[in-house]
Amino acid sequence: MSKDRTFTIQLDEDLCKGSDCYICVNACPKGVFAEGERITPKGLRPSQVKDPDECIGCEICEFLCPDLGITVEEVGGTERVITSTPKGGATAPASGGWTTVQSSLDPGTHYMIGDEACAEGAIAAGCRFYAGYPITPASEIMVHMAKRLVQTDGVFIQMEDEIGSMAAVIGASWAGIKSMTATAGPGFSLMTENVGYACMTETPCVVVDVQRAGPSTGQASRPASGDVMQAKWGTHGGVEIIALAPWSVQEMYDLTIKAFNLAERFRVPVILLADAVTGHLRESFQVEETMELFDRIKVPGAPPFGSDDESGVPSMPSFGEGEELLITGSTHDRYGVRKTADPVVHERLVKRISKKIIAHMEEITDYELYFEDGAQRVVVAYGSTARSALWAVKAARERGERVGMLRLKSLWPFPGELIRDWGRRCEEFIVPETNLGQISQVVQQHTANPVSLVSQTNGEIMDPRRVRDFLMGRKSH
Amino acid sequence: MGEMLREKYVRQPTPFCAGCGHGIFMNAFLHAADEMGLDFRGTVFVSGIGCGAWVPSPHFRADTLHVTHGRAIAFATGVKLARPELNVVVISGDGDIATIGGNHLIHAARRNVPIKVFCLNNLVYGMTGGQVSATTPQGDITSTTPQGNPERAFDLVALARGAGAPYVARFPVVRARKLTKGIINALRFDQFAFMDVLSLCPTQYGRANRAKLGFEGPSLIWGMLEWQKEVCVNREKAGPEEMNGKILIGEWYAES
Ligand SMILES: Cc1ncc(C[n+]2csc(CCOP(=O)(O)OP(=O)(O)O)c2C)c(N)n1
Ligand code: SF4
Ligand code: SF4
Repeated sequence: MSKDRTFTIQLDEDLCKGSDCYICVNACPKGVFAEGERITPKGLRPSQVKDPDECIGCEICEFLCPDLGITVEEVGGTERVITSTPKGGATAPASGGWTTVQSSLDPGTHYMIGDEACAEGAIAAGCRFYAGYPITPASEIMVHMAKRLVQTDGVFIQMEDEIGSMAAVIGASWAGIKSMTATAGPGFSLMTENVGYACMTETPCVVVDVQRAGPSTGQASRPASGDVMQAKWGTHGGVEIIALAPWSVQEMYDLTIKAFNLAERFRVPVILLADAVTGHLRESFQVEETMELFDRIKVPGAPPFGSDDESGVPSMPSFGEGEELLITGSTHDRYGVRKTADPVVHERLVKRISKKIIAHMEEITDYELYFEDGAQRVVVAYGSTARSALWAVKAARERGERVGMLRLKSLWPFPGELIRDWGRRCEEFIVPETNLGQISQVVQQHTANPVSLVSQTNGEIMDPRRVRDFLMGRKSH
Repeated sequence: MGEMLREKYVRQPTPFCAGCGHGIFMNAFLHAADEMGLDFRGTVFVSGIGCGAWVPSPHFRADTLHVTHGRAIAFATGVKLARPELNVVVISGDGDIATIGGNHLIHAARRNVPIKVFCLNNLVYGMTGGQVSATTPQGDITSTTPQGNPERAFDLVALARGAGAPYVARFPVVRARKLTKGIINALRFDQFAFMDVLSLCPTQYGRANRAKLGFEGPSLIWGMLEWQKEVCVNREKAGPEEMNGKILIGEWYAES
């Protein structure tokens, strides 16, 4: 720093924010900088280098400029070497799509509770990251995952709350690992903001909500289906979501695998809407020798947040692949660049992340029909309630009632076309629900036929006699 | 250096107000990253919501994850556990990290997840209009404490140390070289590292407290930088008298 050395000072006027800053003007011990005289088109008055000869090379201006607008260099000095690794192009190989793999469980019959079968389904689907927070009746999923992820070289973490659990799951997904969490009503409420973040950033992950009787703490170990609408609309902003509803331990296993496949296929969070019955029930279930798994499509260099197809699913790279990912929950273009005031970009994005689900309705929708022949009245049921409903439908059939049943294995996106179809063939729909009427309202939106709700909100599994009596015309419900 | 750092590491000019302390931190961070040869390609920057969160995203030419308000550390925990070989660096504001996100901060410190957390502490919520933060000093004026903040502020160094963070530091942006060295130490540290970066928000905090704190000088930001110099003392140098009303700066390593 002596005066026998000379320095050049470059000041980038386009970056300088001018008179409200002038840190350089005030910081320089030698008065090298001065207040500017020129006013830029932006109305700023950038500082100016007045006496470069005075510079002693202390570089304080360079360090303090908030806009990296100043470069001090010694004349004839050694040029500084750039030590960091230069930017490289994206290098990961293209990957993803369907593959057939061996089941992780031995093929054959297994006997477990639903929560454990769900965890096994996750392991089978390739899930290697679990973050969660204990809550009844979902804790057994977590406990089982804690054990299984040790055996499979995965990562398990009990987070400080459900907000953090959902956050960690999304972080892990972008790190390239299939990830999940499981919770129940109160925890699901805490997760919803980050579920929306997963929708907006198109992050594949699975969220299991083992529903219990709410609102609030409600009845912790008792079943209900009060979170059906929350799964769909819980996060703000209102976009389409995928939710599946298992009715058995078999489906706790199968639909968990399906949930991962859909999450990876469409780059979305998928909600598995179980309940205290399907979570805690112990039943046998079958495991096949092989199964089909989908892994997220990765095309190096492709835009990670956009597609020419308005219902397209973009390629998903991971961290550490040189893609310089810009991931944000704010409105962004196809490269992740924030466009928070652009109406066109916003509408295109919100429509696409919904259309990519709606346009693939057929691929997602899953249901089963029972006693469809000649059914004049159709019971629409899902989750554990469908077990009671099927008993009731059988009982009514035996007594000569022309009733059939449609069991929805996927609730969202709602298969409205199916209801419209049946509406033409039947006279009436009956929807038993362990809530105050959620899917019944949606059914009504898709038909002009009468829709009756058989509601039970006492924290018990749907009483099959209640449904039967309704079907038999007895008003005991 | 300025030009080279920009070309090498920065995508675009920042939208920060003139003189924003977050810009000075960004400058120091890039000097540090370049000096130590931080591999940007192997680094993921995670930030929440707020002006401070904009330092890495959308500016840094690296993988960036710009998340929900307060949750950056929880997202970062997921990334780091899933891919331990990546450097995971959180850069966000005091509102984000220490107020709404305080729970994640203490638990990450307790767990000793090897991520690096830089809390850009400008004592206020800059982005949303200068509301009080958990780090706003008692008595200071903010848009939601027009008569002076009635609450006490967090001492983030004490908080992080109390939660078990093995490396904790505090540096003001005005001490740019010290700050740069500290950033290098934090980034090189192989466990959880937390830095309370004393940043400055001339627009929201400066204007509201100019009279009260006497930010004198040819410009508001310069007055604030001078004030930082005045109130900060090195922890090694400070005796009990010097400490009165002062802010200790430096590094705290847990005894191992
Ligand atoms: C859940 C939620 N609550 C509130 C907000 C609004 N909000 C955005 S930034 C912010 C405060 C940011 O303050 P700080 O982290 O100190 O950053 P600064 O702007 O001061 O750098 C708030 C409250 C939000 N985005 N999300
Ligand atoms: S420090 Fe930078 S932004 Fe501030 S006046 Fe000087 S050149 Fe302009
Ligand atoms: S509001 Fe404050 S923190 Fe935000 S850019 Fe302006 S000066 Fe910086």
